[in-house]
Amino acid sequence: MTAAWIIADAKARRGKALVLDGAFLKVAPGEVLGVVGPNGAGKTSLLRAGLGLMPLEAGQAWLAGRAVGDLSPVDRARLVGYLPQERRLAWNLPAGEVAALGAPDLPPGQALAVARERLERVGVADLADRGVLDMSGGERARVLLARLLATRAPLLVADEPVAGLDPDAQLLTLDLLRAEAVAGAAVVVTLHDLGLAARSCDRVLVLNHGRVAAEGAPVEALSPRVLAEVFRLDGALVETPAGLVVAARRASPSPVGEGSAYRVPGT
Amino acid sequence: MSPRRLELCLLLVLIAAAAVAIGLGESPLSVAQYHQALADPASAPGEVLWVIRLPRALMAALVGAGLGLAGATMQGLLRNPLAEPGVLGVSASAGLGASLAIAGGLAAFPGAIELAALAGALAAGGVVVGLAARFREPEVLILFGVALSAFAGALTALVFNLSPSPVAIAEVLAWLMGSVENRDFTDILRALGPMAVGVGLCLYAARGLRMLTLGEEAAQMSGLPMARLRVAAVAGSALLAGASVAAAGVIGFVGLAAPHLVRAAVRDDPGKLLRPSALAGAMLLVAADLAARLIPTEQELKLGVVTALFGAPVFALLAWRAARSWRS
Repeated sequence: MTAAWIIADAKARRGKALVLDGAFLKVAPGEVLGVVGPNGAGKTSLLRAGLGLMPLEAGQAWLAGRAVGDLSPVDRARLVGYLPQERRLAWNLPAGEVAALGAPDLPPGQALAVARERLERVGVADLADRGVLDMSGGERARVLLARLLATRAPLLVADEPVAGLDPDAQLLTLDLLRAEAVAGAAVVVTLHDLGLAARSCDRVLVLNHGRVAAEGAPVEALSPRVLAEVFRLDGALVETPAGLVVAARRASPSPVGEGSAYRVPGT
Repeated sequence: MSPRRLELCLLLVLIAAAAVAIGLGESPLSVAQYHQALADPASAPGEVLWVIRLPRALMAALVGAGLGLAGATMQGLLRNPLAEPGVLGVSASAGLGASLAIAGGLAAFPGAIELAALAGALAAGGVVVGLAARFREPEVLILFGVALSAFAGALTALVFNLSPSPVAIAEVLAWLMGSVENRDFTDILRALGPMAVGVGLCLYAARGLRMLTLGEEAAQMSGLPMARLRVAAVAGSALLAGASVAAAGVIGFVGLAAPHLVRAAVRDDPGKLLRPSALAGAMLLVAADLAARLIPTEQELKLGVVTALFGAPVFALLAWRAARSWRS
């Protein structure tokens, strides 16, 4: 099966600073890939460069086997839906209209029908007629998620979709993205909550200084060594009845080479 | 109110305002004279109605529609309810272009002033969009607009300063204040060409303006040809602003007030806002010109002066509201 998205050996600069230095990414249909890393590690840059929103100094990116640079805007939108980190909405449009912006390829009536269905899926069907600027941040985030789902693209890329959401909304967001993956989509999310990433992603890609520091199943990628070296955390992933959580404290000023396991009593 | 009904209402009010503007004027006519004017357009009262007042009202409607549509398009493009040809310095730049043409003695060549105004508007439009791509904060653009306006104003003052002919100065000054006095059908036809192209481009860009509600990046990934739509919006609004300035001088704040009047009725939709804004702009300017004619003053009030007197407080009110929403 062709990978939905491949980024190979990406190098990119923002201004003069090298923000990507040989980073890579690969995601297959049916899979949820979590991209994690400290602030400034290059998570957003990797997504943007891989989508053609930012020039690559070196390296290549392919969507469903086709070079991103060769895709027309229409073809690219058919292959990928993107939820950027920047969430500021300019106008107070009704939520239904905003969600319908995910489907500009459909005639307006059909786009609104798709939007309504997606709003229902994210649990805010009753807000379809409410202006998006009259909502709480959490409600607005759900409307934007509905907009992403309305793209019906085989690859969904969400940059920090749970930032600023309450715990329930965070879990709901990842459940919804998981449902898309089960239905056959490839999903890429950047996250700051490592425990959430470990619980809800099939694979985790750890970025640091524009390079991939680790990649693989959550327990392997988020090993105590990676937690210590990349995140400066002294701890480990711990299995609990609710799934994996990160139990850690800040590492001492001189980072420990081999992070010592930190055990939660009773596990 | 549905957008369609809104447009119908605006159209009816516009027609009513135009009828009043044609019917009322400085020289009062008797009922018999109105009859005569309607029956025989070549009679003296007919001349007053159809040769003096009708083209004037038509020109006011045309320029108002152009400015209203240009304002609505710029607001959608820059995601900012304070954007407008006047505020962003596009009108002042068009005014500078036209002043240069007049002072340079090009007024005798048909179309020279228009071309100079269009060139000024397009150059300013390009600068504004270039800045908008670099700075995301909506306040920054307004600040640059102030700077651009001030600079174009300074250069226009320089043109006055260096111009040897007091006649040219008086001509430029009168024209910069904005007016649709003494226009005939040739003037209207001349403005119609670039305006029609501008209207087409702005309406073509409507779906791009809607998508920009989500922000630059989401719009870019949406599958719409955003680069092309953006160029269409810039070129369209600059053409409309330039043609308006060429036809009637600098008339501020219509592009700000017209979209503001109709925004709530289209639920903030920047695409659906375009046509009602054009109608509202036409309506506002026909009414403003009527006020300019009917308010009894020794010298007839200039249209640009009237719109600025009413428009500046509207701008202040919008800025107050926008500042509150940016803070939250």
